[in-house]
Amino acid sequence: MEFSKEQYARLLKQACPRSPLLRDCLWAFFVGGGICLLGEGIRTAWLAAGHTLSDAGTLTSATLIVISGVLTGLGWYQKLAAKAGAGTLVPITGFANAVVSPAIEFRCEGLVTGVGARMFSIAGPVLVYGLLASAVWGVIWWLIRPWLL
Amino acid sequence: MHYLWAFVVGGTLCVAGQLLIDLTNLTPARVLVLYVTSGVALSAIGLYGPLVELAGAGATVPLTGFGHLLAQGVKRAVDEQGLLGALTGGGAACAAGVAASLITGVIASLLTKSRDQN
Repeated sequence: MEFSKEQYARLLKQACPRSPLLRDCLWAFFVGGGICLLGEGIRTAWLAAGHTLSDAGTLTSATLIVISGVLTGLGWYQKLAAKAGAGTLVPITGFANAVVSPAIEFRCEGLVTGVGARMFSIAGPVLVYGLLASAVWGVIWWLIRPWLL
Repeated sequence: MHYLWAFVVGGTLCVAGQLLIDLTNLTPARVLVLYVTSGVALSAIGLYGPLVELAGAGATVPLTGFGHLLAQGVKRAVDEQGLLGALTGGGAACAAGVAASLITGVIASLLTKSRDQN
């Protein structure tokens, strides 16, 4: 059977369950906001421990990544993600989950082509385009800097 | 007050991502790529810095904050090293987060077993 693109799009729309937008957004807001609130608490604690502002930020990210890794290993993060959607995806914990989750899942394919390669299925594109964008900004900054200083 | 802003700004950035997923069928990987590159752009035009000052972790924890980190690192590196900084700054700035994620991933894969997603 052959479909035109429009027919396929219409069929796809019928087949996909419509997710209730308001409920999704409330979940995303409260869980995502909650993760950031936790981050702010961790950041305050690292600052209180005597670290500089930028070191405290880095340590906060690392702490959240490890917490997310543990919760992913226990299978809890995925359960929360099923409800919270972007609330668990957008924070740095979602990035960590996107690294740790395939690492666990593809352990059976070996440590190199399984764990080592599959970890980058989502983190890879993020790093590629993040570094690309930052390099472009670096060149722009290098060009406009002499006029601004 | 800082905590309230962290919650509201962080939550709002997540709602924006949820709207992208629900309304445009963007896959999670595309949303994350979009967030990081937007973070670099917003930081470059000077909008993200004030947001970080207002909301703290509410702005740095979402992936746009990761982009902001890259952009800041590149800017600093270009100030110090010239054009070479465009290549070195981003990697140096995100090194800790990336290394922490990868090491956590390897350790988790060794310690835990794959399970059903539900």
